[in-house]
This record gives sequence, structure tokens and C-alpha cells, in this order.
Amino acid sequence: MNDILIQGGRVIDPARGRDETANVTIAGGKIAKIGQAPAKAAHVIDARGLIVCPGLIDLHVHCREPGHEEEETIASAAGAAAAGGFTTILAMPNTHPPLDNEASVQYVLQQSARAARARVLPVGCITKGREGKELAEIGMMLAAGAVAFSDDGDGVASAAIMQRALQYARSLDVTIMQHCQDPDLSGGVMNAGAVAVRLGLSGLSTAGEEIMLRRDLALLERTGSRYHVQHVSSAGSVSMIRWARGKGMRVTAEATPHHLLLTDAACVTYDSNYKVNPPLRSADDVEAVRQGVVDGTITCLATDHAPHAAEEKELEFGLAPFGMISLECALGLYAKALVETGLMDWPALIARMTTGPAQVIAPRHPGLGTLAAGQVADVTVIDPDKRWTVRTDDFLSGSRNCPYEGWALRARPVATIVAGKLVHSL
Amino acid sequence: MAKKASSSSPRTDPPAPADAFVWTRKDLLGLDELSAQEILHVLDTAGSFEEVSTRSIKKVPALRGKVVALLFFEDSTRTRMSFELAASRLSADTLQMSAKGSSVTKGETTLDTARNIAAMGVDVLVIRHSQSGAPHMLARQMPESIINAGDGQHEHPTQALLDMYTIRQRLGGIEGLTVAIVGDIAHSRVARSNILGLRKLGARVIVVGPPTLVPGAITAMGCEISHSLDDVLGEVDVINMLRIQFERFSSNLFPSVREYSQSYGLNSQRLKRCRKDVLVMHPGPINRGVELTSDVADGPNSCILQQVTNGLAIRMAVLYLVTQGNR
Repeated sequence: MNDILIQGGRVIDPARGRDETANVTIAGGKIAKIGQAPAKAAHVIDARGLIVCPGLIDLHVHCREPGHEEEETIASAAGAAAAGGFTTILAMPNTHPPLDNEASVQYVLQQSARAARARVLPVGCITKGREGKELAEIGMMLAAGAVAFSDDGDGVASAAIMQRALQYARSLDVTIMQHCQDPDLSGGVMNAGAVAVRLGLSGLSTAGEEIMLRRDLALLERTGSRYHVQHVSSAGSVSMIRWARGKGMRVTAEATPHHLLLTDAACVTYDSNYKVNPPLRSADDVEAVRQGVVDGTITCLATDHAPHAAEEKELEFGLAPFGMISLECALGLYAKALVETGLMDWPALIARMTTGPAQVIAPRHPGLGTLAAGQVADVTVIDPDKRWTVRTDDFLSGSRNCPYEGWALRARPVATIVAGKLVHSL
Repeated sequence: MAKKASSSSPRTDPPAPADAFVWTRKDLLGLDELSAQEILHVLDTAGSFEEVSTRSIKKVPALRGKVVALLFFEDSTRTRMSFELAASRLSADTLQMSAKGSSVTKGETTLDTARNIAAMGVDVLVIRHSQSGAPHMLARQMPESIINAGDGQHEHPTQALLDMYTIRQRLGGIEGLTVAIVGDIAHSRVARSNILGLRKLGARVIVVGPPTLVPGAITAMGCEISHSLDDVLGEVDVINMLRIQFERFSSNLFPSVREYSQSYGLNSQRLKRCRKDVLVMHPGPINRGVELTSDVADGPNSCILQQVTNGLAIRMAVLYLVTQGNR
């Protein structure tokens, strides 16, 4: 007897080029069968009119544990992720203390198993203490279960350290993720430009992002490692990534909902929920990032879900911390930016949330991001025409710093299955 | 609670301006959100308050029974004293807080500090803060009137209003004038408020300074840019010299005080190349010998002390209007 039958949905699996009406059965935590034949199961999900796809993957989540459990825990992030249709999320290591050793990597995995919602996979620090000075024990963390490495929150300032990290990671076949921001140009609180000038706020220019990306590409050309550009925000970065991929370099990149939907004009009321790093950019940058996602320069969509306590976000714009949350509404936001605009169809969008991110962590978790008999059953069921309104009060996340409160969206996950277990349903 | 403040004296309310415009704002946050009509209304209201300072008893009961709290999270001398005197001339009670020796040094947030002081029964909070947007954040969350007395590098609306008041007094009007604002435009709240206000009243504004102190994107606010003071001297009716802060040199925005002064300082030679009745302004405090030489600062074209005098009338007008707007 099957555990779950997802009946009559539009099954989209970009990795295998599948897009057809079919039944999906799940047994023993694995996909049993995908096909037209009738089936039976203990639990039946009627998916007529719905999309059934591989579990969504978010490469960029701040779980805040350990250190700031009042803002988010691994369990609350895993719950929020499941509600957002994600079956796998990557936890960024800028916690307190940072995830820079095998014990902390194991801790994340243990908390993830305990929460039993979306799967939380740890990203380890590139350098000890995220200080940018000495390499962290990348190999030991990898053996303990880390899936990628990043000093996210800061870029690795030293070209020499970055070169060594790339060289070292190549031998381990693991991805180095970079938050591209030149530290000398990092004093600002919003995008440099006419809005910042008018508001009297210090600017972060796109040059700061592009300088570090250009440097890293120069290193990458010589090391041939796997390199991932986090939260691409500038048109110039998109062009550079397009060029590098054209040259055959192993570069991947991600775009966030906010860099696809919002511009720096949103900062005019000094609402710190719009303070994010990299900052909201110009309309031209938004257009370029969208285009990068459409043409496959940017193969991943990632939220950069960054919870902060209300009292921190109630500070003055210049003093409030960077970050916004979006795990629980990300799918609707992506659809708004990319599907409702006519730029992409659903299979292409789903590819950016499954195949693309799965490829980044493929050496560690080869089965993710696709639906195939015998594979682990991570499945998301999406209602592409579900009209709903974002209410942060209903969020499972431990924080509420979400600028999308009250937004009317049109797509929503209605069931999330992780390793054969239904962890969320509407 | 507070009775209509004007009930006891026929001399309380200033005569209504001819257009019978009704002010509805509870806050004065900046000139960005004000219309030309609102700006003119403040200037006209200030005009009717100016007379109060000429009386032997320099006081009216317009804000009797009201409490005005001066929350200066950043140091200030003249703006704070000007607001304090303006409030007492309107018969309001005043509370004062400066960042030093306050709960701010104990780590209290700006919002908590403001709410706690407001809980004592305050009607108007006058805020000076080093963070751009701090008064806006408070105004969004508090029912009391908020007056921006300078926020970070953003706006200093009462300074720009008193500057415009002074220009109008000296030159008869603002429309059609050419005004140069010279110096550290990038970090200046006085510049931003002046650009916005002067443009709304129909003046042409040229900002002057080196590219490191004049962001190119400032033209989106409607002004022009020049990097040469000498080039614009012949065309200006008003020249507003901003104070240059010495930390700008240490952060490499300009090589030296000497070089700045030679390129952008106003001295008597440069003044000779301006039109004879050019108006020289400065928001103070002056670095004598840097942005202005003493002969220019104290000469007949200067209206620097008049600006300070007019600041009082402007602040009386603003305090009066926001309390009217928050009924």
C-alpha cells in the first residue's frame, strides 16, 4: 500500500523535461511511481488543477540559531519553509557563534532532524569566525554534512584567502558562495543614487558588488572551482556572470524576490523593512536581474530570508539591521515577478527553484530537485491560481520584518512533502 | 484638557493670511512634503509673529498650557535656543533633553525615549537627530506633533524656511532668483531643504562644490551643479555658504582646508565679481577664513545675523501651525 497518492495534477519536473497530467505515488519515503495508471494510497491529495513538482529548494536562509533564537530557530525556519513550499533550505553560517566547525554543522543537522519539517542543510564558513583571515576547516565540515561554504553577510575581503578557498574547495568538489561586496565601499545603508541623495542616506554603489565579483572571476578563471554568486543585485553583475558562464566557468547565481520586485524608491518612507543587503537597486537593475533569471544566467531563486526582532527594525533606518523575510510568500512573489509578467512559464520558474539550486549542492545531495521513482520523495503541490493576501500575523517564522504585508498574490503551495511525509498542507 | 489657547486675548492669534489657507499638518518633517502654498503660509505666519519680538512684552498666549519638548539627540546651540525662545514667546512650557546625560547613553531607543517623554503630556516634540529619517519614524508612530530640527544629512526645514524668509525680506521675493549653495552639499541637510523649498517657490538653484562633496544625482531634486565658484559668481542673486566640517578632510573628500578655501571660499575679491546687492548667507556656525572671510561675513551684503533673528519668527510660526494642525 502506498502512503500518499497525489492524483491528477500537472506534474512538472524540469530536470527530466516532464510536464503532463499524472498520478504520483509515494511509499516508504520514496517516490513509488509517476504515471497515468490509477493507484491507491492511505492518503490521497486531489491535485486536479494544481501543479505537482519536485520539492522547492532555497539556497539562502538565515535561521539565526545558534545565537538569536528570539528571531528565528532552525525549527521555526524549517516550519516557515515548509509553509512556503520548500523541502530543503540552506542555513547561512553567520550565526553567533558562526558555523565554522564540524560540531556546529552537526548541531544544525540535529536540530533539523528534530524539527522534521523542511530539511535544513548547513552552509559552513569559508574562514574561521567569518573574519576573513584563516581558512575554516572546510574538509571536516564537509564530512560532517555541510553542503557549501560562505562568509555571507560579508564578502571574503582578501584576494589571497579567496584564491586559497577556491583552490582548496576544487579538490573537494564543493561550491564556494560569495556575498560580493568590497569592504572599502561598504559604508552605506541603501543603494547609492538619487533616492539616497534625497533622503540623506549613505549609499552602497553597485561598484562594491561588481568589484568583488570581477576579482573572484579572475581567480576562478585560474582555479576552475565551483562558485556561486549570492543575491545578485546589479545589472553589471548579471552581465559579468553571463560572460563567465559563456566562457565555461562553473559559476552559478541566485536572485531574491526583493531584487526582482522592489526598487530603492521603496525606501522613501524610511521604513527599515526595506533595508536589505545588497540594497534594493534601480528599476534598470531589477529589469536586468529578471532578464538574467529568464535567460538562464541566474539559475537559482533564493529568498535571503533574514529575520530580525521588531525592536531592531524599529530603529532609525541608518541604525536598523539589514534584512527582510519572505520564505512563506516567496513562491507567490516569484510568480508575480516572472510568470504574471509573461517573462517565464511555470516549468521554467520551477526549474529555478529546483533544478538550478539542486545543481549547486549536487555533489553532496545528488537526488534532490527531481521526481523519479526510487528517489527521496520531496514534493511540492502548488495552486497557481490561488488568490491570497500576505498576512505576517499568520507566519510561522519567528519574525515579522516582511515588507510584503498586505500584498495580493496569486500562487501558493498547498502541500509540502519532505521524504514522504506531509509537513504542510492548506 | 487644553482649552483653545486664544480664548483669553484678542492679540493671540496672528491675523489670518489673505488666502485663508488652512494648515492641516500635525508635523513639520521637511520641505519635501510641503506645497508651495504651505511654504508661503509658514512665511506669512512668521511675518505676523515677527511683530511680537518688537513689543515691550515679547510674549503671546498662543500656546499657553501646551508643552513643547526639545529632544536634541545631537548637539546644537542656536537651533535649540531659537526653538526654546520661540516656545516661550508663545507661552508654552518647555522640556529639554540633550543626548549627553540622557537615557540615550543607557541604550534606550529613540522611539522609547520620545514615547516616554511624550507620556508626560507633551504636545510638540522638536527633534534633532544624527540619523536621517529619525523624526519621520517617530511621526509615523506617535500622535504628538513632531518638528524636525535637523535629521542627519536629510532635511533642516526650519533653517530653509528662515533662509527663504530672509531672502524674501531682503530681495522682495523668491521667484526668478538665482541662488548658489556652496560647499559640502553631499552631507548637508541645509542644502537639501533649501534646494527643495527654493525650487518650489520658483528660484533657480545652483549647487557648487567639488565632485566629492556634490553627488551628481542631486540634480534629480531640480538643481544645477557647478564645480567652479568663479563661474557662477556673475549670475547669482543669493549665495549661501555652507559650513565645511573638518572631518570631511580626514575622510579624503578634499585634500586640505587651504585648497578648499582657495577654490570655494568667499572673499572680498570674489564678492566684487558678484552683483552689487548679492545676498550672502550662512547657516552658521561660520569657520571664519575657510568658507567666508571676516570682511564678507560682517560686510553689508551679509544677512547672517538677520537669518538668526528671523529664525525665531519662523519657529514660532511652525510651533503654532503644527499645534493648530493637530487638533
